[in-house]
Amino acid sequence: MAKKQSGNTILFLFLLLLSAVFLAPILMVLMNSFKGKLYISDAPFQLPSAVSFAGLGNYAQGVEKSGFFSAFGYSLFITVFSVAAIVLLTSMTGWWLTRVKGRFTGGLYYLFVFSMVVPFQMVMFTMSKLANMLYLDNPAGMVVLYVGFGAGLSVFMFCGFVKSIPIDIEEAAMIDGCNPIQTFFRVVFPIMKPTAITVAILNTMWIWNDYLLPYLVIGSDYKTIPVAVQYLRGGYGSVDMGHMMAVLVLAIIPIIIFYIFCQKYIIEGVVAGAVKG
Amino acid sequence: MQKTYKKYFPVFALPTLIAFAIAFLVPFLMGIYLSFCKFTTVTNAKWVGIANYTRAFSNRDFPSALWFTVKFTVVSVILINILAFLLALLLTRKVKGTNVFRTIFFMPNLIGGIVLGYIWQLIINSVLLATVGADITSRAGYGFWGLVVLMCWQMIGYMMIIYIAGIQNVAPELIEAAQIDGATGWQVLTKVTIPMVMPSVTICLFLTISNSFKLFDQNLSLTAGLPGKQTQMMALDIFNTFYGRNGWEGVGQAKAVIFFVIVGIITFTQLWLTRRKEVEG
Repeated sequence: MAKKQSGNTILFLFLLLLSAVFLAPILMVLMNSFKGKLYISDAPFQLPSAVSFAGLGNYAQGVEKSGFFSAFGYSLFITVFSVAAIVLLTSMTGWWLTRVKGRFTGGLYYLFVFSMVVPFQMVMFTMSKLANMLYLDNPAGMVVLYVGFGAGLSVFMFCGFVKSIPIDIEEAAMIDGCNPIQTFFRVVFPIMKPTAITVAILNTMWIWNDYLLPYLVIGSDYKTIPVAVQYLRGGYGSVDMGHMMAVLVLAIIPIIIFYIFCQKYIIEGVVAGAVKG
Repeated sequence: MQKTYKKYFPVFALPTLIAFAIAFLVPFLMGIYLSFCKFTTVTNAKWVGIANYTRAFSNRDFPSALWFTVKFTVVSVILINILAFLLALLLTRKVKGTNVFRTIFFMPNLIGGIVLGYIWQLIINSVLLATVGADITSRAGYGFWGLVVLMCWQMIGYMMIIYIAGIQNVAPELIEAAQIDGATGWQVLTKVTIPMVMPSVTICLFLTISNSFKLFDQNLSLTAGLPGKQTQMMALDIFNTFYGRNGWEGVGQAKAVIFFVIVGIITFTQLWLTRRKEVEG
């Protein structure tokens, strides 16, 4: 027993050390965000000293140069509305596709599954041109594009779940006088809640961090956070590292807050998503 | 009931389908057609047959990006899965603070590729500057290992939680039975635990292979393909062909089609191979 105890202590210390290694990169960015740019390149591993300390200067200038707050606003708008639309629309579609059996619905299902395999590069040029022609090159239009591109995985996941819902419940609702819309929203959707949360989490993580789609479609007028970070870099080597560090910290903060509050759902959602996807 | 449901197509399926057609279906079909055309915008396309495909291989960019991508994928998939599995074994041993550790190891996965790339650029450049007096763009090897380290940091925690779920699903009776039969710890691991978590292995291999192979954001922000184009992966090469060179849009589209076919083949082969190895739980 004593041997097992000491083994566990060693393991605990090892994991503690490993956690420090995992957190170190973020802490290093945080530390350097308070230093002047010269000290970031000359002494990146040192804590800010009286000489190198730059106060909040990096933050003030980084925010100004990158337009961080408007980027945050666009990112938030696009993510919230896209995720809401994806959950609502693909849950309806997933349910409908599973309940109406036929060649057409079967074909559609496989088309959605197929779209998951196709890399974004395959459609990026034509999609951004089409978005342009259809006047979708604005934050509201982005919602449409995200619904379309996110539909594959989300429909697939909802279909998988609907198969496990006994149809008797829906029949009972119909007999009680519900039309399909009422059946779906009053009976089916509440049962699908766990899957809806998984779908919402997976899509939030993807859309919030997505770079290429917003860059290509709305990159010049409406910069989301990843696009703003990439623009800050500008030409090769011309970036002020101090500003960069500050903006990186600001970009990470919302994610960490989101993670702290929804940690349980995120980890469960990711596992569920992986197992079903 | 089916019949009544069927009439509700415009409510339940049409909105998703319209968005799906705009964002995926039409661009996909146009993309295949345009890969056989010369064009600068989608409206001035002229049929040129397979010329784009031959031009895709007319210089070394594409083959070398393919080779770099394959090397990167093999190395990072092996490292990530082994380390994530080991970590999962450690965290299923009922140590204090398991949940906190799990939370910390998973966190990097939530940070987007662009931001991740710049975080690691700072660290790798700082280390290189202090040790060999160079930065990440001075040698392709630095960029390669930089990308591998970044990818490990990002994906280990993600794969770890999938392996943890798999390991926790192994019935304790199975392990007990093996132990009663005199199996050593190593035998229990290789003969019971690993075969039982094969479904998790399938998933993790699938996710790591497809994420590594399709990597773009991290590649763009960490090395941008430098030095030269030596650390340019396929997705970045396709992007640069489309937007970096006038008159090469068709070639970019042809490369994208080839990329899609490769991704498709890898995905299906890999799913088919590992599904065969899974055992019924």
